Amino acid sequence: MTRQPFILRNPSILIVLAVLAAFTVAVTLMSAAYGNGAIPTSMVKVLGKTLCLALAAVAMDLVWGYLGILSLGQMAFFALGGYMVGQWLMYARTETIVAASLAQNPIPATPLELQEAVANQIFGVVGSSDLPLVWTFAHSLTLQLILVVAVPGILALVFGWLAFRSRVNGVYLSILTQAMTLALALWLFQNDSGFRGNNGLSGLQNIPGLEGRDQATLSVWFLWASAAALAVFYVLAAWLVSGKFGSVIRAIRDDETRVRFLGYPVEGFKLVVFTLAAMITAIAGALYYPQAGIINPAELMPIASIYLAVWVAIGGRGRLYGAIIGAVVVSLLSSWFTGGRAPDIRLPGYVVHWVDWWQVALGLSFVLVTLFAPKGIAGIFDRLSGLRAPRRAAPRKQEVKA
Amino acid sequence: MSALLEVDSVSVSFDGFKAINNLSFNIGAVELRAVIGPNGAGKTTFMDIVTGKTKPDAGRVLWGEDSRSLLKMNEAQIARAGVGRKFQRPTVFEDQSVSANLTMALKANRGPFGVLFWRPSATSAARVAELAEEVGLSEQIDRKAGELSHGQKQWLEIGMLLAQEPRLLLVDEPAAGMTLAEREQTTTLLRRLAETRAVVVVEHDMDFVRRLECKVTVLHQGSVLAEGSLDHVTRNPDVIEVYLGR
Amino acid sequence: MMAFRASLRLFPALLLALSLLALPQISAANPALEAVIADNLDQIEKPSRRTVEPLIAEIAATGPEGLALLSAWASRNLGMTDDGRLLIVDGDSATDAATGAAVTGADPKMLRPNSGVRGVIEGALVAGEISSPDPARRAAALSSIARDGTSAHLDALRAAPAEEDPALAARRDRVEKLLTIRFDTDTAARVAAIEEMAGDVSLDFRAALNPLLATSRIAATEEPANANIARELSVGGGDFSEEAAIALMTSEGLLQPKLSSADQRNALAANIVDGHVGGVPVGQLNDPAARDRAYEALEAAGTVPPAATEAEAGAALEATRFFDTYAEPDKAVTDAARAAQMRAEVRLTAMKGVDLGLDALSLASIYFLAAIGLAITFGVMRVINMAHGEFIMMGAYTAYVVQTMIANRTLSLIVALPLAFVVTFGAGVLLYRLVIRHLANRPLETLLATFGVSIALQQLAKNIFGTQARPLTAPAWLEGAITFNDVISISSIRVAIFVLALLFLGLFLFIMKRTRVGLEVRAVTQNPGMASSMGINPDRIAMLTFGLGSGIAGIAGVAIGLFAQVTSELGQQYIVQSFMTVVVGGVGNIWGTLAGAGLIGVLSKVIESFNPSNTLAAQTFMILFIVIFIQFRPRGIIPQRGRAAEA
Repeated sequence: MTRQPFILRNPSILIVLAVLAAFTVAVTLMSAAYGNGAIPTSMVKVLGKTLCLALAAVAMDLVWGYLGILSLGQMAFFALGGYMVGQWLMYARTETIVAASLAQNPIPATPLELQEAVANQIFGVVGSSDLPLVWTFAHSLTLQLILVVAVPGILALVFGWLAFRSRVNGVYLSILTQAMTLALALWLFQNDSGFRGNNGLSGLQNIPGLEGRDQATLSVWFLWASAAALAVFYVLAAWLVSGKFGSVIRAIRDDETRVRFLGYPVEGFKLVVFTLAAMITAIAGALYYPQAGIINPAELMPIASIYLAVWVAIGGRGRLYGAIIGAVVVSLLSSWFTGGRAPDIRLPGYVVHWVDWWQVALGLSFVLVTLFAPKGIAGIFDRLSGLRAPRRAAPRKQEVKA
Repeated sequence: MSALLEVDSVSVSFDGFKAINNLSFNIGAVELRAVIGPNGAGKTTFMDIVTGKTKPDAGRVLWGEDSRSLLKMNEAQIARAGVGRKFQRPTVFEDQSVSANLTMALKANRGPFGVLFWRPSATSAARVAELAEEVGLSEQIDRKAGELSHGQKQWLEIGMLLAQEPRLLLVDEPAAGMTLAEREQTTTLLRRLAETRAVVVVEHDMDFVRRLECKVTVLHQGSVLAEGSLDHVTRNPDVIEVYLGR
Repeated sequence: MMAFRASLRLFPALLLALSLLALPQISAANPALEAVIADNLDQIEKPSRRTVEPLIAEIAATGPEGLALLSAWASRNLGMTDDGRLLIVDGDSATDAATGAAVTGADPKMLRPNSGVRGVIEGALVAGEISSPDPARRAAALSSIARDGTSAHLDALRAAPAEEDPALAARRDRVEKLLTIRFDTDTAARVAAIEEMAGDVSLDFRAALNPLLATSRIAATEEPANANIARELSVGGGDFSEEAAIALMTSEGLLQPKLSSADQRNALAANIVDGHVGGVPVGQLNDPAARDRAYEALEAAGTVPPAATEAEAGAALEATRFFDTYAEPDKAVTDAARAAQMRAEVRLTAMKGVDLGLDALSLASIYFLAAIGLAITFGVMRVINMAHGEFIMMGAYTAYVVQTMIANRTLSLIVALPLAFVVTFGAGVLLYRLVIRHLANRPLETLLATFGVSIALQQLAKNIFGTQARPLTAPAWLEGAITFNDVISISSIRVAIFVLALLFLGLFLFIMKRTRVGLEVRAVTQNPGMASSMGINPDRIAMLTFGLGSGIAGIAGVAIGLFAQVTSELGQQYIVQSFMTVVVGGVGNIWGTLAGAGLIGVLSKVIESFNPSNTLAAQTFMILFIVIFIQFRPRGIIPQRGRAAEA
């Protein structure tokens, strides 16, 4: 039997990849570093960050849209990824600076002196001069990159195992994931958490080893990396949900008990998807924060994760491209409206400043989407494509017989 | 030990109400059995216990030649051991196609990674087609299960059970909501299935049970009241008193 | 020295009392006093601690003028003129001590008695006061002694005639005991006093014990012969590290200071010769061992001072023993004090436990109030209302608006409570009609839609009231605290909130168990289908319960606003805890909510008490505890039972 590769069976994947490629090329050609400079570097960074958020939204869609778990803690994984890569960025850069300043001394520094000076530099702000245990691997990029996926992965695994095992589901599970995020955020807010308390990690836009490159160039490189990550994980996610595995997880979403009676270990499936999504989200975060330049515990307050859910819902859950659309449209609109660039609306007697009213409008539009367009923006696409192409029942039948 | 399933002195109570009271019950490896009883006799609870949904307070439930205890297993493990259950209300995955529903039920590795790397083969496709044929859904194979009629959903669910190839099939009120012709078909199917495996039918409908022509167990207040052929149990004065006499 | 400073503070009080007494007779001369002064000028000018006592007694016996003189003398306001008169100097003015006549233009020599003499004078003065016929003055004297007692006071107290007023007698007895503990020279008396008071947790007793138990740390090769040793320390064990031991030895001169790595580096840097230090190339000095070699070479050459090496420090550590010694030399006293302190600590811990319990109770009441509305809506409709926190905020802002219009705090609170209920009830009903009703049986969508409402309401509050916190002032009768003793106290506002929580528990139970609406609500909760077939309109019931839950949130908002700042984020701070309360307690049962609030309140406070400075960590552990708790009781403390729970 001949079987088309699954990408060809899912035209939407090709469309997404093509759009993503076209977008990346277009931005590159308009960037300051590689093109005519029509898009300022700060905007290139915003676009690169938006791609990372889209990737996080894709992972969220896996967990919520396909598996049916409304996780209100996804941004915890996102931020953890950022923290893990941030540790290396900050350590390596501080080490370079400190080594340069110690080289002024007549006597060369011992490794211990160097480490103490680095620790003092990084942790002076929280009144400490010791390198916390959690920074043991900070000198090594490879190890920190492993931690980017390992730490969120293990956290998701342990939390998921505990929660799924005791069959916590529905809103209970949502609240529990939210609590987990809050606990983590509060923990990181402490000065002695080892992550510089509410100062967070900063200066992440300076990449050690690439000091010769300016931010304009780096921003484009990160855009490429973000686009590549989005492409790779989009295809992975699409592959995951296309086959029997996708069938089973959607079945779990719709009727968990029935899937159990079919003999599937439901908890195992949930754990695999939840952990994988956590890792993907962490990778997105690891790409996001070097572009943002700073990370602090406020990034993983529960509200951030709820926004992620909002994007996926507005984009259309259960559709991977819906998640991307939602994340891109809503996050860009949000930054446009709250950035003060949107024109005010002059009503008789009152001027609507979007900075003040965008949040209200977003909240209400979210209510409206939930009420009137439960499938989100992607649902509109579906309806349109449904009008054009009728059922494709016939070709599948031949495939079965072949 | 010839019994496939042995339920031994099982009791369970909910908030002081004894749903199952010292129930003992055996099913052979190849057998068709009807379980009848009035409302609240414990029929559904009995199935819940066997399939692992409810844990009993006391007693043993043993399975297979090596008499493994089902009480230590969860629902999925029991299903994989070979116990299939058909719910009263048809429960199929409405959002997915008939073939996807059947494919999911096909006997195969159930672990997440096994499923992830599972690819349809000629055999699996043929088996799905064959099952669809058997339950009369060949024409609907690419339609979403949610678009099927109530009866078709019943049949799809039966098809899924067949795909599971269980050694013991628990069927909860199969005749509910079926037309006369469909009942006829169901009876035939159940009897044919019972030629190669154990089938337990929980039913309300006396006519339907009579058609099955099998051994009948009467439950009352959570324990076995009588057992034997339908004619035998319907002559039992206790049974008449609690069930037929009303 | 102690007594000196103490008396400085004690005197103004006594002086005031004395001068009030002396005022009417101020112009009257006192020949007796004059005579005494004239006879003892030398003694007065150069008093001696040992011989001055009879003289002071004589002066005191001359009456109020004598006492005034003594107090001026002790507070160094007494001057002597060249012609042998004594003047009481007060700033620029002066009066003759014996005649009471104002003196101008004199330039007296100020008398400066030493502290020993001052102690004797003080004793005499207090003895006078403590035997005063006026109970108020006796009480005032006791109070000043209790504040700043000296050994002279102890003698005075003992010498004073028996106290008649029983309350004052008890107080005097207590003060005397405390002074005995601190100043008596007789060991047996001190031990007896300590033992009599053991178990007392008052601050004054603990303050009296503390100096007795103060220790200082010494390093010595032999056990010091005549020191009162609290304990011998083992180096490296628990609270006494090797570094601390070396630092102690260094500070006592038993050991050369060890060289810090920075000092070593500086010394090396100062001695670079042709790219080498002590024969070691500079390039190799990034290795600590090479640095040590270089430094030793310099040490051998005599260019740098010798420093203790590891080995020397180790040997010194071996040879030295370390002790904590009491400043108080008497072992019997310190033993008794230690035992008494132990007993006090045990009782103190118990009382702190009670105090903690009260704190926990008030926190639990707040969580209960905040969560009860959520529990109602979740129990009846399986709906998590993410905007619940904003209803709390709405209630608080309602109270704020009322307060800006009604100046009388009590009245405004009385108006605000029902008004907050009405406002949030309306908001809840509106939310139900417009949103929640259309999302029946889709709990996750409801959660997100209400979240949309929540962010919209929050921003709306920001737009209307601004971002800065609005104060909500409690009426005067709710200010302050109810204090049981030095340890246990609770603020009145928290008591009021506790009462409010009880009130709502009662009200809720009444509505659910005794009214038609309650019956219908219970019916809908247990079986909506059956309820509607019996003529109950589930939609109306759901709307009412939603309104009720929201209304209670509004009232909780008023209560919370009274002790917290009212901001647009007020609700957010309580919403997660409210969720936790509901989840931990179990849904659909008011007792579950109560149990959940109680558990979370107690646990928060208990965890917090382990490390009061770090509330963030406490909250983290709290949430972790809940996550683990859910493992064992997925349906909460009081789970909903029966088939309804399965759905």
